[in-house]
Parts: sequence; structure tokens; C-alpha cells
Amino acid sequence: MTSAAIYVENLFKRFGKFTAVDSISFDVQRGEIFGFLGANGAGKTTAMRILCGLLAPTSGKAVVAGYDVSTQVEQVKRNIGYMSQKFSLYEDLTVFENITFYGGIYGLTTNQLAEQRSELIERLSLQSETHSLVRSLPLGWKQKLAFSVAMLHHPQIVFLDEPTGGVDPVTRRNFWDMIYDAADRGTTIFVTTHYMDEAEYCNRVSIMVDGRIAALGRPRDLKTNAGVATMDEVFYQLAREAKRGAE
Amino acid sequence: MKQFTAFVVKEFRHMLRDRKTLMILIGMPIAQILIFGFALSNEVKDARILVVDHARDATSAQLVQRISQSGFFSVIPGVHDEHDVENAFRRSEANLVLVIPADLNKRMVRQEHTTLQVIADASDPNHATTLVAYLSAVIGNQARSTLVHQRPPITTQVRMLYNPQLKGAPNFVPGVMALVLMLVCVMMTSIAIVREKELGTLEVLLTSPVKPLVLIASKVVPYLVLSVCNIGSIVLLSTFVLGLPVQGSHVLLFALSTLFILTSLALGILVSTIAKTQAVAMLMSLMGMLLPTLLFSGFMFPIENMPWPLQVLSNAIPANWYYRIVKAVMVKGLGIESIWKETLILGGMTLFFVVVSIRRFKVRLS
Repeated sequence: MTSAAIYVENLFKRFGKFTAVDSISFDVQRGEIFGFLGANGAGKTTAMRILCGLLAPTSGKAVVAGYDVSTQVEQVKRNIGYMSQKFSLYEDLTVFENITFYGGIYGLTTNQLAEQRSELIERLSLQSETHSLVRSLPLGWKQKLAFSVAMLHHPQIVFLDEPTGGVDPVTRRNFWDMIYDAADRGTTIFVTTHYMDEAEYCNRVSIMVDGRIAALGRPRDLKTNAGVATMDEVFYQLAREAKRGAE
Repeated sequence: MKQFTAFVVKEFRHMLRDRKTLMILIGMPIAQILIFGFALSNEVKDARILVVDHARDATSAQLVQRISQSGFFSVIPGVHDEHDVENAFRRSEANLVLVIPADLNKRMVRQEHTTLQVIADASDPNHATTLVAYLSAVIGNQARSTLVHQRPPITTQVRMLYNPQLKGAPNFVPGVMALVLMLVCVMMTSIAIVREKELGTLEVLLTSPVKPLVLIASKVVPYLVLSVCNIGSIVLLSTFVLGLPVQGSHVLLFALSTLFILTSLALGILVSTIAKTQAVAMLMSLMGMLLPTLLFSGFMFPIENMPWPLQVLSNAIPANWYYRIVKAVMVKGLGIESIWKETLILGGMTLFFVVVSIRRFKVRLS
């Protein structure tokens, strides 16, 4: 089982009397695109924060990129990339400066950094905008840049927390092309989203309800099992049984 | 180390790119020194005095001349009577009125007790009290000089040490230093950290292998540099514009200023661990840090005049100790042997705030 990119067993997190994550278990294979769904307040952000080493679990086990999140946080962080739902680049820095900064904190050497930077800028066709402030870029470009920056240090796994919130459908589609590209190159993608059409793009999805995983499998199988035509309906069926209100 | 460099470079870019804020941060101490130095002064200089002279003889003329030559007062020209007094105050033409009785000369010759009436505009009580005291002193001198043969039994000889001309600068320059350092360090550091919280970039940084200590340290470096520059500009202005050079050691002054800067930076980090938004951080810095600095450092209001609970409270304000240190080094020219106690207290406070703020910062993350 240790060959899995992410391995979670009976993961449990409690804040005071509130159980945010209630003994969840799942695993994600290398190179897989794993959709992590759930209504607001279902506990997905907490679970994701544990996997990223931002929070310690109350009990249970989680292994990310081969390292235990409770004891080897440092190694976990070295091997993951993270893109938050809020826009995560610095608007008052240029494209060049943002890439340089994130390269620096992941300890890339000067040569590596220069190479990565020019490759990244070329891939995103940002040559003319290299020295523009990120603030001046259209949102779609910013998102792509943020994703590329999260991938700068070639992490084994990249966590995307609602990466396409507020982005138009065409840009979302483009963004997913980038995700597929990254997965093809062997990166494991762990993504949360509220868009059910995006859930269809994933290899497998899990749906969290009240801190537990209520469904887990390929989108096609989930639909068949529930006897419905779309992921939207699958999600609705499960989410409406939730006892916990949205936060 | 590479991480730290990357971080510090980024922080400097943030600071340098925000030109407006930077101009305010650099310009503020300069403006404050100039304002306190030239506009907000308690020194008496050319206060307007209206003289109602009922005597109109040589003795009264001599007295008026003495008053106008003192440099403290400018006598409103012309002949005035009681009716002008009310108007002069109403139109704010006069700060002070002196009424000389008609029999001044006669009584002085007979060496009888004479009373002159002084009327002051007490809508500003402090200023009125000061003016009356100055005027009384000038008149007293004049009276004494006419008594050639007979000296009064007791006279006092006053020497104002360290600040013989009773200038305001030795008091407010250290005050402005404490104020500016507090403002820049606490407010800007807390805002810089909370901004990343608001933007969501902090979360990204925390999922990276960067250690929280590196993150904090790099946040404060640009403001440390800026604050040392600010101290430099204040000392320069004080020396060359206000004529108040540093009497003691420059090295000591800068070293102890750096200590206070570290205190303020630690307080800034502490604020950032509590505040959730930049607006809250700013309010907390202003109300929680700046106001106590103004009130309890002894720079605006003498601490000795406060009720004892407030006097005790004032000891907990770091700026209070820094203010004492700067006054000792800058104005009195004392060395470390005279202020080691204050330094030790300030150092202890710094250590305390650094430890608490870093621990709080870490706790909040896990």
C-alpha cells in the first residue's frame, strides 16, 4: 500500500467537541486525478489541511508521498505543491519575481531556477508579460500561473483547493487541460471542486458528508450505482442526507 | 539561507513597490520633527501683549520697553484704555493685557507696594500660566533694578541644566523617536503579515518547507532597516536643524534604538497573530500601541502628575523606558553605566515579546 501517492487510514480530527473528520480511509494512486468533493462544512478542507501538513490529525494515519504527516511534516511539505482557493501569487510582484520567490523557498539552485523559469514562461506564452505585475494579468492567466508555480519544484502530488472558483468556462476547460498534462507526466492531482462537470474529469472521486466519505469510486460507477445520469444528482442525493448545516 | 534570501528580497520588493506608503514612512519622522520643532512649541516667543498705560510717564515707558526687549513679548503699539481689552481678547489680537496704574511712579518713589493688573486669555490654560509667569519675571527684574540701594533679603539663582534655554526639542525629539519606531514597526509588520493571511498566500507558504521562524524573520528585516534609517534622519535633523546634537555616544544611541525596534517588531508580530484583517491590525496598533506610547511615555504628559495606578501602568510601556534612555544618552550625554537598569528592563521586555509572539505564531499554525 505504501506505493500509493496518498494513503489514509481511519483519519480522525476533532476540534473540541466537534468532529470535523470522522475516521476516513482512502488511497490515491500515483498519477491519478482524485476529486475530493463535499458540501461546505463536510470536512474536506480540514482533511486536505491534514494531508498538507497544516494540521495534525487527532488520530489515524495519513501517508503522503511516502511520508507520515504526523511525524515527517518536513518531507511531506517538500514533496507536495499547494494551490489555495484564494489566489496565491503576489499581485504587487511581477511574473518573474513571483516565480523567483517560490523557486527560492523550495531551494532551487540558481541554474535550476533560471531553466524552470524560462520553460514555464514559454509554456504559458507569458514572454511579453514577464516583467508585468501579476495584478495586470487576466484571472485565467493568473490561475494558470499559480498552478505552474505550485508545480515549480516538481512535487509528486499537487493539492488544488477549488482552483477554478470564479473562472469562466473556457478558462476552466484550459485549466483542466493543464491538470491532465501534469497527470500525464506522473504528478498525482488531489483536487476539491464544487463544479460537478469537473468531477466528471477526475479518474476517481470521493464525496464527503458529515466528516465521512459517503461515496468513493469512478464517476461512471457512482452514477450507475445511484441510478442517475449526472454527478450532480449523485452529489445531491448524498448531500441532502447531511445532518450538519453548512458553516 | 537561500530561502531566507528569497524571502527578504520579496519583502523588500513589497515595501519598495508601494511608493505611497514608503514615502509616508520615510517622510513621517521628518515631518513630525519639523512640526514639533517649529509649529507645536510651548516656548514663549513674541506673545502679543496689550498695555493699558494710565501713567504714561518715564517709569511706565521704561517698563514697557523692558517688556518688549525681553524677546518673549511683542507690545501692541498705540494708546489703549480699558475698552480695548475686551475686544483685543475677542478678536484674539492679544494673548495678554497689562494695566499700569496712574500712580506707578509716585508709589515707587515712596517705595510703597504697587500692584499691576495682568489679564490673560485662559482658554489655553497652560499657555496663559506660562505667559503670566514670564511677564511677572520681567516685571520683577525691572522692579529690582530700580531698587538700587535696597536689595531684597532672599533671591534665588536658577540654573536650567542640560537645557538652559528651556527649549522644547530635548523633550520632543526622544518622544518622536519612540513614536515613529512604534508606529512603523508595530503597524507595518502586523499589516504585512496579516495581508498574507487575507490574501491566502500565508497558507501556501505554510505548505512549503519554509520554517515559521524564517518567515517571521524575513518579514521584519525590511522594517528594521527602514527604522534604523528613520532614526538616522531624526538624529540628522535634530543636530543640524534644531541644534540639538547627540551629547552621548552615537553607537550607544543606535544600539539601544535597535533594541527598541526589536521590541516594536515583536509587538507587531504579536498583533498579527491576533488580528484577522488588515483593518483590525491597524486599529490594534493605533489604539493598543500608539496611544499608550503617547500617553504613558512621559513625552506629552508628565508621569509624576498621574495617579499612582497609571504611574504603575506606565512602567509596563516599553516606550517609556526607551524615552528615558534616549533622553539620557542624547540630551544628558550619559553612558551605559547610568542607564543599564533601563536597558536591562527594555531588553527583558524585548525577549518576552519575541518569545511570546513567536510561540503564538507557531501555535496558531498547528
